[in-house]
This record gives sequence, structure tokens and C-alpha cells, in this order.
Amino acid sequence: MSTLDTTTTTAASAPATQRTPVRPARILLHLFLAGAALAWLAPLLWALYAAMRPYGETSDKGYVSWPDKLSFENFTNAFTQSEMTHYFVNTLIIAVPAVLLTLFLSSMVAFYVSRFDFRINLFLLLVFTAGNLLPQQVIITPLYRLYLLIDIPGITMSGKLYDSALGLVLIHVAFQSGFCAFVLSNYMRSLPHELTEAALVDGASVWRLYWQIVLPLCKPAMAALATLLSIWIYNDFFWALVLISTGENMPITSALNNLSGQYFTDPNLVAAGALLTAIPTLIVYFALQRQFVSGLTLGANKG
Amino acid sequence: MNTDTLVKSPEVAAEPSRGASSNGRVPQGHRRLLTRRDRLTLGLMAGLPTILHVALVWVTALASIALAFTTWDGIGFDAITWVGFDNFKELFTNNPQFWPAVQHNIIWFVALILIPTPLGLLLAVQLDKQIRFSRVYQTAFFLPVVMSLAVIGFVWQLIYNPDTGLINSLIGANEPGHYIDWIGDPDLNLWAILIAASWRHAGYMMILYLAGLKGVDPSLREASALDGANEWQTFKNVIFPTLRPTNTVVLVVTIIEALRAFDLVFVFNKGAEGTELLSILVTNNIIGESSRIGYGSAIAVVLLVISLAVIIPYLIATFRKERQA
Repeated sequence: MSTLDTTTTTAASAPATQRTPVRPARILLHLFLAGAALAWLAPLLWALYAAMRPYGETSDKGYVSWPDKLSFENFTNAFTQSEMTHYFVNTLIIAVPAVLLTLFLSSMVAFYVSRFDFRINLFLLLVFTAGNLLPQQVIITPLYRLYLLIDIPGITMSGKLYDSALGLVLIHVAFQSGFCAFVLSNYMRSLPHELTEAALVDGASVWRLYWQIVLPLCKPAMAALATLLSIWIYNDFFWALVLISTGENMPITSALNNLSGQYFTDPNLVAAGALLTAIPTLIVYFALQRQFVSGLTLGANKG
Repeated sequence: MNTDTLVKSPEVAAEPSRGASSNGRVPQGHRRLLTRRDRLTLGLMAGLPTILHVALVWVTALASIALAFTTWDGIGFDAITWVGFDNFKELFTNNPQFWPAVQHNIIWFVALILIPTPLGLLLAVQLDKQIRFSRVYQTAFFLPVVMSLAVIGFVWQLIYNPDTGLINSLIGANEPGHYIDWIGDPDLNLWAILIAASWRHAGYMMILYLAGLKGVDPSLREASALDGANEWQTFKNVIFPTLRPTNTVVLVVTIIEALRAFDLVFVFNKGAEGTELLSILVTNNIIGESSRIGYGSAIAVVLLVISLAVIIPYLIATFRKERQA
């Protein structure tokens, strides 16, 4: 009869993973969520629908109409006419070094403030984190002037930090390392301190400690941050808008602004261009969904 | 060495080791273990990133403050003249765009906290119920957060365009006589943009609340259910109070988002009448026709003061809590 006893005691605390039987409330919930999800996708689906129709047809029949023909012609046109490949390359030239450098620098700061008890630590972390939370416009006026002042001959067309990929990399790294230093220092603090102590007693150098012991343990956090940073830097619009003057040097997101100015007579083509611009971020997101979300929540609440 | 087994996921590892008073750091006494070379290495490791960050972020912020009290056209340093509070005086009394911009920034925050934030919480609570297709729903709500705000601006232009947009085509408001200009009409355009901003913000809030709900102890729910509380009572009396830390983060994130709002408005209508924001006014002083550096910096200082008034107390409270943990 002991089996009976166990069933009665466990029934009170049924495991949460167990599928509940279908109830009207559940069906209602699904209807609500599905409806809301569709409503949320509607603007994007509308943009896709507009982008798949030739401009002539929509100007004749209006946008709310049945399509005569759907094609990806606008996409191929937007891609070739606006030399999108060139702008994608521009973005890569900026984003790849910026992501790597941000992770490298911020992990060093995080290592410093999380593994050692220096008096300056708290202040240092405060400076970094607060810096990342400032609105970009607070610093843009002097930054713009500074970039016009600094000469870096040979690297850029302009000979200045202004209008150069290097200038954008630097500001991305400076700005984003605040957030990453904060997240990584929390992460490193959770590593057992026996790790560091034992190695120090054995006479390992500080650099070795960082490079061979602490950093490899931070891989999950680094992957999450790398995903987040890639998307953020790819999506950046403001820095490039102000700090790049030549259209040729623009990264893709800011170049979109020029594209719309050029083809403002054809909204369908602009819609196609905008959706094409969004595709790489969506690919990264779907491929690395878990890292992206955990990165966001790592910054917001620890655990 | 393979560490994947040791650290399964960021969420698990990010849990601070409570009770360990030393917080996983090398205690003061072990400083003797550091050789001179170690100290130099450490100095460089922290120093170089700090120099870059401070130079580009904090020195420029301070330069904004300094320049706000000058007038300068940007040509030559000797042209900088000290004018005291003149820029601020003119800004507060004589600039037709300034107070509307402040008002719009405030409206932006209030709208985001009143509409998409509770909506994100509602979605998170529903999605937290271990239901089927949860991933699919989450992705739909989260998609706008992943996309660039500039792209979102273009997408919503297709909806609001007065001649060809979805709304006017549906309700027939693109004819002369009953024409609604969602983008140009100063009474309408801010609200139109706020719908687009809310569309994005809700997904962001949903993710933050989902993470917060993950941290709620399941035994609390069980106890509440055993006591015969219904779903709403459980949420109100048990779940919501435990979400306090998340609510703080949500509040701060929303304020910062409201102060930073720029891309969406710029793409939508360049911050024309009806949608002026502080960020737009600062930027117009650089890329616009007028290059009044001192004046633009004065607007930036207003933005800086408001931001720091939120950021500093929040961070101090956060770090203090960590020290106690």
C-alpha cells in the first residue's frame, strides 16, 4: 500500500514540467498570445509585402490591394544599385575589430577589479558603468571637434580621425567597454577565489593568471557579450551619422539613410533595402538566441 | 582544459557566491605575492582601457560642460570666448524648441513606462507558464529589439506615410479633404512615433521580466496555490513583490531609453516640429546648418545633468548591495 501513499503525497506538488490537460483557459491564452504575436509581426510583414511588389503596380492600384505579381526584384535592385556589398564590408571593417578590442580591454579591467582588492576598484567600475549609460549626445559635440583635430596621416582619406573607420572603432570600444567591464567583473567575481590564490602562491605571473586561468573560464559570458556587441555595433546609426562625412565610408545602417534620400520616389525599393539591412542581425539573433538574451539579462540582473 | 562542464551557462555562473565574504578576491594580505612586474602588468591592464574610456567618454563630457559657458564657431582655439551663463539664459528663455524638446523627452518616458512596460510584464507572466510554442511567441515579440532603430523607422514610415501608408490606405485618409498627415502634423507625429517606440520597448521589457521571473522561487508559487490563492492574487501578493530588483532595472533602462531616443525620430522626420528631443537639438547643432558649439554643448549639459541624476544614485545603490552580498 506504500505506492498509494507516495501518489497522494506527490500529487500535491506536481512537477511543473508536466503538461497540463487542455483547458479553456489555456486555449484563450494561446489565442491571446498568437494574436499579439501576429500583431507584432504585422509591421514587418507589411514591409515585406510592399518590398515584394513592383512600384508601378502599387502606384496604380494602391498599396492595399491584391498583388498581380510578387518577386524579389526590389531586393536584387536595392542590393546592386546601392552597392550594398560595399557597405556591408565597411561595417565588417568597423565591427570585427571593435568587438574583439572591446572584449579584450574590458576583460582586463574586469580582471583587475574583480580578482584583487585595490581601493580604487569600486570607483573604477563606477566610472566605466556610468560612462556606458550616458546618452551619446552628451559627448558628441567635443568628440566631433576632437576627431577633426587629430591627424592620423596615411590611414584614412581625410588624414584625420574624423571620417575614418578607426575613429568609429575607437568610440565603439570606449563606449561599450563600460557595459562589458560591468558584466564581466560580476562574472569573474563568481569564480572561486582558490583558483587565483593557488596560482599566485605557485608563482604564476598575473598575466598568466588572466590569460590562461580566468579568461578561459569566462567563455560563456564572452560569447554572450560578443553576440550582443555585434548586433549593437552593426545597428549603430548615430556615431556614423555624425563622425563619417563621406557616403562611401558609411557602415550599412547609416548608409541606408542615404539610400532612402536617393530613391525616395520608390518606397518599395527603400523597404527592400531596409529589410536587407536587417537580415544579418536576424541571422545572428536566430543562430545565437540564447547568448543574446543571456547577455542582455546578465547586464540587468545577475543570475 | 575543458571548462564547459564547470560552467554550464552564464545564468548559473553569474550567481554570486553568497556567503563568501572575500567575494572571490585575493585578500589584502596576499598583495605581498605580487611582484613588481605583476604590479606593472596590472597597472597596464587596467590603465590602458581606462585611459581610452575616460579620454573619449568622460573628458569629452567635461569638455561639453566647459564649452557650454563659451561661444565658439569651431575655427581656431583663440576664437573661444567665455560668456558665462548666456547660452543657458538664451536656451531657457529664447529658444522656441527647447521646452517642447524637454516636454517630449518626458512624454517619451511616461508613455514607455505606462504602455509597453506593463505589456511586457503581462507577456512575460503569460510566457512563464511553461506553455507550448513559448519560444515562437517570444521571438515574435523580441524581433523588433534585435533590429536597428533606423530600420524600424523605415518600416513604420511605410505604415504612416500619408499618401501610400497602410493606415491611410485602409481608412481612406489619403484623399484631399480628409487627409491625415501622421508624419508632418505636430499634434500627431509624436504619438505616431511613440507607437513604434513602444512596439520595440515591449519586447525588451518582456525579456527583462522573463529573466526576473526565472529567479522567483517555485516553492513560493506552490505555497500560494496551496493557500487557495487565484492567479491574480498570487501575482499581486507573491510574485510582483519579488520582482522589485527587476522593476528598478526596468525603470532605469526606460529613463535612459527616453533620454537617448534619437535614431527612430531622426529617420522618421528628422525631429521636425512636434517631435523635437534634446538629442535631436544637440545633433542639429553639429550636422545642421548652424555650428554653434557653445550653444549645442549647453543643451548637452542639460541632458548630462538629467542622466547623471538617475545613473549615479542607481549605480551607488547597486554596488552597495553587492558589497553587502
